[in-house]
Amino acid sequence: MAVVEVRGLTKHFGDVIAVDGVDLRSEEGEFLVLLGPSGCGKTTLLRMIAGLEQPTDGEILLGGENVIGLPPRARRVAMVFQSYALYPHMTVANNIAFPLRSQGMPAAERGPKVKWAAELFGIERLLDRRPRQLSGGERQRVALARALVREPSVFLLDEPLSNLDAKLRAAARDDLMEFQRRIGITTIYVTHDQVEAMGMGDRIAVMNQGKVRQLGTPEDVYHNPSDVFVAQFIGSPPMNLLETPEFLYGFRPEQLLPEGIASGEADRMSLTFHVNRVEYLGSERYLYGHIRGHDETKVIAMLPATVSLPIEVDRDHKFSVAHSQLRFFERRDRGETIPAQPL
Amino acid sequence: MTSSTLTRDRYLADNPKFLAGLFMSPALIYIIALVGFPFVLAIIYAFTDISTGNPELNFVGFDTFRRVLDDPVFRKALWNTFWFATLANLVVVVLATALAEVLTRDFRGKWLVRFLVLLPWVAPVSLATITWLWTLDSIFSPIDWVLRQFGLITENMYWLGRPQLAMWSIVIVQAWRIVPLAAVIVMAGLVAIPDEINDAVAVDGAGTWRRMFQVTIPLLAPIIAVAVLFGVILSISDMSLVYVLTRGGPTHSTQVLSTWAFIKGIEGGALGQGAAVALFLLPVLVGITAVVLRLARRREVL
Repeated sequence: MAVVEVRGLTKHFGDVIAVDGVDLRSEEGEFLVLLGPSGCGKTTLLRMIAGLEQPTDGEILLGGENVIGLPPRARRVAMVFQSYALYPHMTVANNIAFPLRSQGMPAAERGPKVKWAAELFGIERLLDRRPRQLSGGERQRVALARALVREPSVFLLDEPLSNLDAKLRAAARDDLMEFQRRIGITTIYVTHDQVEAMGMGDRIAVMNQGKVRQLGTPEDVYHNPSDVFVAQFIGSPPMNLLETPEFLYGFRPEQLLPEGIASGEADRMSLTFHVNRVEYLGSERYLYGHIRGHDETKVIAMLPATVSLPIEVDRDHKFSVAHSQLRFFERRDRGETIPAQPL
Repeated sequence: MTSSTLTRDRYLADNPKFLAGLFMSPALIYIIALVGFPFVLAIIYAFTDISTGNPELNFVGFDTFRRVLDDPVFRKALWNTFWFATLANLVVVVLATALAEVLTRDFRGKWLVRFLVLLPWVAPVSLATITWLWTLDSIFSPIDWVLRQFGLITENMYWLGRPQLAMWSIVIVQAWRIVPLAAVIVMAGLVAIPDEINDAVAVDGAGTWRRMFQVTIPLLAPIIAVAVLFGVILSISDMSLVYVLTRGGPTHSTQVLSTWAFIKGIEGGALGQGAAVALFLLPVLVGITAVVLRLARRREVL
């Protein structure tokens, strides 16, 4: 097991800056998620850690050792690809054995290792099949077994669940988490899916335009986004943002509640919410509209099904947000959170 | 009734069936006139004793075939054809795979190298072969000159004048000619291997040779089979290269079936026997094609 650390890592593709001076350090055995929209540089960052891409500038340390210039095979990393990249002409057993053969391990030692890895993922009965005879979920397990068979010190995953259908994805996520906890291997996981990131990550590094915008626990990035990008990228629907001449302030859709329903905190800010449209989604209701005084900005409120209060459309309603749930941002979108100030 | 016919005529150009026939007819006419008709004629001739001196169709059953088979030159040519096609294509597979690997990499001047590699294929066969005829000339060969300068030989090689050496010479020239086509086919296959497979190989710790022999070549096998199929068919059916270089000589040591069919049938005037020689390998070629195509389909793995 090893700590992954990158310092000032930069990658240019011609004029395009894919990764722009990233500093990042994983904890021992941590599940670290790189989350961001497509083109934000998260995959390039992962590929540089794997050694598949050479950085333009910066350092990569695996277990304290600088690995810049070392080929992937010298880095003791394992990687699972989006398409799984199984070798289609080899049986499952040979796919799993391939990294061992590359190490020059004798056949007598390979057998037990392959069996161990196959058992780890419950694919012993598939060993004689070829990849095209497997389902998506089975392929993914083979890819995981192949990656882990030589007991790497770092485990890299590039959107490994995006090729699975929704139902399978939930199950695969479960499996992945369980075995990562059991083995305790440092894992870096790339995804553009915030639900995956929130559900799986010990910490999340939110990336945009080649930079890490925020590094924190799922709770942290959700409740205390460091800037407007993170506030709007994390959460579905995203955080509502209202402008004042000096700063922006925001609140999560579930924090905007009808007056009288909200309980607990007494210190609340009242707002007049003009509702244009109601979307009924079973477990919750989405209310679309705008706040009086901020008529240009769309605002969404999310009411849980437990709030059965009827809401008429095209009317003004009295809503409120707890002051403690307000978040403030500088008007330029790279600001730090300004400490809460009374309105 | 009238109006409906009118409408139908007016929208003729929208009728897929009509268009299919229209667009396919040039190709069909071409194939029937230049391939189909001579092919049928050859089959008919092979069962007659027709010659340029006596252009009457006397059907003699398998007599013509029997006479062709009894000829020791035919057996020699059959054997030579086998070796010629096999050796040339062995060279082609090795060179084409290596070339394709090089040409899919990024390097300076790649465009020029690709152009030069394709040149032998673009040049007309007879022209290119005549250049080789000069290059391998018994007296003025530049290869001999170079070898002499380095003191490797003292007298001329006679590249096309000694039986064994002549065979090797035509094999090499044939390989030179087919390599570009094969390289382009293999290149298409190489490009089709997903990048993630090569990334996986790198992360799994395999070096260049292991990647080449345990991943790339097995994945390319179906494509290489197709390249070999083209190469073998070209080697067996095309006569111009051997005919220009050696005319089958010296003493039939480079005689192959295609040249023998031409020499026997056209130059010798025995049309029937020429046709029989030419048709002899048809079943073999059909067989090879079927086997290779089936193999290619079975190995279709991606």
